[in-house]
Amino acid sequence: MNVLPCGDRAVLLDCESLDEARRWHAALIDHSPAVLGACTVLVPGDPPRLRKLLSQTTPAGALDDTVVAEIEVTVVYDGPDLDDVARLTGLTTTQVVAAHTGTPWTAAFGGFAPGFSYLVDGDARLQVPRRTSPRTTVPAGSVGLAGEFSGVYPRSSPGGWQLIGRTDLAMWDTAREPAALLVPGTVVHFTDAT
Amino acid sequence: MSLIVEHPGARSLLQDGGRPGSAALGVSPSGAFDRHARRQANTLLGNTDEAAAIEVLLGGLILTATAEHTVSVTGAVGPITIDGRQVTHGRALRLLPGQRLKVGTFTSGLRAYVAVAGGFRAEDELGSLSTDTLSGLGPPPLAPGSEFAAGPAGTIPELQDVPALTLAGTIALDVVLGPRDNWFTQAAIATLLTTGWTVTPASDRIGVRLDGAVLERTRNDELPSEPCVRGSVQIASDGYPIVFGPDHPVTGGYPVIAVVIDGYTDRLAQARPGDVVHFGRRQAP
Repeated sequence: MNVLPCGDRAVLLDCESLDEARRWHAALIDHSPAVLGACTVLVPGDPPRLRKLLSQTTPAGALDDTVVAEIEVTVVYDGPDLDDVARLTGLTTTQVVAAHTGTPWTAAFGGFAPGFSYLVDGDARLQVPRRTSPRTTVPAGSVGLAGEFSGVYPRSSPGGWQLIGRTDLAMWDTAREPAALLVPGTVVHFTDAT
Repeated sequence: MSLIVEHPGARSLLQDGGRPGSAALGVSPSGAFDRHARRQANTLLGNTDEAAAIEVLLGGLILTATAEHTVSVTGAVGPITIDGRQVTHGRALRLLPGQRLKVGTFTSGLRAYVAVAGGFRAEDELGSLSTDTLSGLGPPPLAPGSEFAAGPAGTIPELQDVPALTLAGTIALDVVLGPRDNWFTQAAIATLLTTGWTVTPASDRIGVRLDGAVLERTRNDELPSEPCVRGSVQIASDGYPIVFGPDHPVTGGYPVIAVVIDGYTDRLAQARPGDVVHFGRRQAP
């Protein structure tokens, strides 16, 4: 793990893997409102004090990976980047849909926007880069791919993921407890409604 | 005891201290873009620092008082009138029942803050009255007919006027390089720190987009999504910088070449399209 500068109010821990990042996050969460990324942890606070704290901290041991809930997300696979994803993966669009629905995904961590959850453990053939330039507006319910992740945009927002479909399920509702539908540990089954 | 919006101007939003510490839920910090100007507006009225103010973009806001209120206007500078009579920026102003406060189009800066003694009242979401333009959390933008009650006013302090902003079309921002400066060539870092960057009209509370030279990377792989802070200078794949504002996404997938020193990020709130930003390097603390 490397400690990288992040302005004058935080440091960023650069880890080898999501697993290592989760262990550091678990060890620090009582000391700072730490935020987990795909293989990083943002630790807000005074950098000199944080560096001292980190020199005295070890990452947490084994993490719990209990299934929190299983949720079916029905998707119309007509996204604007479906053809690009097929080209990038060497699959047909039908095979892209079959790959996306064929393997359950797991919510690893939240972020980006309220109710957005980074889903992992899907079909490894679906790893695609983000778009060259992010869209200024991605419609709510858009289902996207980027790197090893899949995700559903909870509301209209800017975004750089490759969009393959859309769902009507509300990812975020502050009248619901918890407001996020896909909390970490939730297993997600995508089904094809095209 | 309320104020009624006759006209919201280009865009007016309630903003308080925001929702710091909610990033793990995917919730941006939000809050006033120019925190310093909002604090000044509250201080003039004896309000606590938590009191919500109206963040006015470009100007054009018109409010009518239904009862006697004391208000203040700070931040961006433009003509301010009460029933057509010119009044002073950065000063506690008495508004009598039926009187109209007009915050005219700004001639300097981009965002003004209108505070009321006692603070504006509205329904909070996740503990804040701030409108988060990325997530939609908080009250909707001000619209004609919106009515806002004020909390109980304290004693109005005797204070000097807050001096008007003097902006000359250039904005100096100190930055700490990293966390991902090593994804860029030395030439790109030199370009970042030595050339001017023009603010584009696509800028908003999510991020201020800059135009200038394309910054070349040393590597073209994907950056796994990582958490960001207000002031992060993110370089999208097209090579141009976006400096994150208060409603920034809590994680991003493009490398952050540098982060603006927190105390300088308020200046970005006043950056108008066409203004030129210069970055200066500071050592990491």
